[in-house]
Amino acid sequence: MPVMTYMEASRQALAEEMRRDPMVWAVGEDLGRGGVFGQYRGLIDEFGADRISDAPISESCILGAAVGAAMMGTRPVVEMRFSDFALCAVDELVNQAAKARYMFGGQTRVPLVVREPIGMWRSSAAQHSQSLEAWYAHIPGLVVAVPATPADNKALLKAAIRCDDPVVYMEHKGLWPLEGEVPAGDVVGEFGKARLVREGGDVTIVSWSAAVHTVAEAAVRLAEEGIDAEVIDLRTLWPWDQGAVLGSVGRTGRLLVVQEAVAVAGFGAEVAAFVAERLHKALKAPVKRLGAPRIPISYAPVLEDEVRVRTEAVVAAARGLVEY
Amino acid sequence: MPSGESSPATNLDVNRHLAQFRQMCRIREFEKAAIKAANERLVLGAIHPSIGQEAIAVGVCSNLRRDDIILSTHRGHGHTMAKGADALAMMRELFGRAGGYSQGKGGSMHIADFSVGMLGANGVVAANINIAAGAAHAIRLKGEDRVVVCFFGDGAINRGPFLEGLNWAGVFRLPILFVCEDNGFAATTRTHAMTAGDGPAARAEALGIKAEIVDGNDLFAVDAAARELIGIVRKGTPRFLLARTYRLTGHTSADTAPYRPQEEVAERWLNDPIDNCRGVLERAGVAAAELAAIARGAEDEMRQAYEMARDSAWPARELAYADVQDVGDPREVAF
Repeated sequence: MPVMTYMEASRQALAEEMRRDPMVWAVGEDLGRGGVFGQYRGLIDEFGADRISDAPISESCILGAAVGAAMMGTRPVVEMRFSDFALCAVDELVNQAAKARYMFGGQTRVPLVVREPIGMWRSSAAQHSQSLEAWYAHIPGLVVAVPATPADNKALLKAAIRCDDPVVYMEHKGLWPLEGEVPAGDVVGEFGKARLVREGGDVTIVSWSAAVHTVAEAAVRLAEEGIDAEVIDLRTLWPWDQGAVLGSVGRTGRLLVVQEAVAVAGFGAEVAAFVAERLHKALKAPVKRLGAPRIPISYAPVLEDEVRVRTEAVVAAARGLVEY
Repeated sequence: MPSGESSPATNLDVNRHLAQFRQMCRIREFEKAAIKAANERLVLGAIHPSIGQEAIAVGVCSNLRRDDIILSTHRGHGHTMAKGADALAMMRELFGRAGGYSQGKGGSMHIADFSVGMLGANGVVAANINIAAGAAHAIRLKGEDRVVVCFFGDGAINRGPFLEGLNWAGVFRLPILFVCEDNGFAATTRTHAMTAGDGPAARAEALGIKAEIVDGNDLFAVDAAARELIGIVRKGTPRFLLARTYRLTGHTSADTAPYRPQEEVAERWLNDPIDNCRGVLERAGVAAAELAAIARGAEDEMRQAYEMARDSAWPARELAYADVQDVGDPREVAF
């Protein structure tokens, strides 16, 4: 299997989808130059400026125009550079894209993908570092994808582009250079299908996006201590693989949810509550969440690291559940 | 005005203008019936009548093809009907009944009829401007010769999408006609009190989009301006039409508009666009009885629509769960 970066995988997915379907086009700031992270590099040479389209710095119009263009039968891939900037276009995403199909009684679909890079990226500070996935999981009508690996970034982006409903597609900035095996050819992901990162019988650790890698590291350390952690990467938060999580926690009796985002009202709360409601009697320990404290992300590395969920914290939390 | 023996209006295309007169009457009667229904609590949500603004909707839309696109506002009944939507399906939607355009999920502010190119009323002021820009962008990408007309009010020019959408249309040379219906009020506040600078046309011109100003209560003036501008737009150049008018009712059917003097409103009723149109047609030789029959026909049609909507069933409960999105069935995961 070819090895490539998370960034290259997404570029390949977009290029393949644009070749397959002439109605797919990308629009956003600085796409002609390749995008902030290089995820569009070279595409303008193959597809031209109409389909790899540079937009003014008008987030509201980029997303609003994508809504109109999607209603007219094209399939826009919208680039927001940072999920923080997509907040300038929340009306267009939440009030327009997410609702149009429903409030117009099914007369239209809004098949757009909005790419919103999330997460901490060294010293990017409070307006370039947020993980806002829970906001969108809360909104009826939106699909939320949070790929953690190069393979998933290819497969899920393809699925997002083919989806007839609006997809909030959240790539993690820290993952762009991550290398991994990516299946060649037209492999299309499935929303709501988790990835079993590692099997284990002692504790279930559920995570998504970059935090999956922290959890995987923690699982290796836990194994050295004789604790077998089962690690689940949700891959998409709406829909999310409730069956996989219930099945796993049903076996292990212990659940730890790990997210980079602020823990308060985060998606981890949804997973925790869902499991607690259904598996109360099967639980051997209280459900546990790990996430950032409710403070903005800082600039200085030492302050930034203060909110980061580290491997040691995951190990300690999992150990605590097993020893409960 | 041409001089000579003939009536100044004899060069009118009478059949065209009779059809426009009829459409204006239909819009007026639809909204009168809707207001009556709102007063009777048959319409449950807010409705925003466009009484007094009918000439703009009709004058613009009668220059569009069926496959052309319009985007409307929260005050969108007139635009929607002028584009060819079905009055009964609209009335049913206002009543929240089965057979409404959105199956009772939208109401007045979310009426759409995609089959006639009406891509939606919108409950958020100015939000339709960006969507319209995108619809026009798609037309350009596909190499079609359709046009988009985006209606909005004078209140919308103070929201960001006005700037962003007009800039977008100019940058990408999109086939879009922006129609600003300047009725003087942003909800219940006089717009000029909230607007810096010289207003809508000046702002459009500042963004490089040529603007034309027209009397929005003169159907014939709107019709002529729209015909010319839509011709230009169809070749791929955005244009802006500022139509000055007046909202003869309150902001919503429940708004008695105490914020403006009765004398002002009474004076504005003397400039009713439907009466203006009737006067021109009469002077052109159309019998008053024929015009009265058209008005009566519109009244009868809308009374029937009202009665049929009132007698229509509520939507099936199951529809609450339909058309949310393809994945993640809300019935399975809500509880």
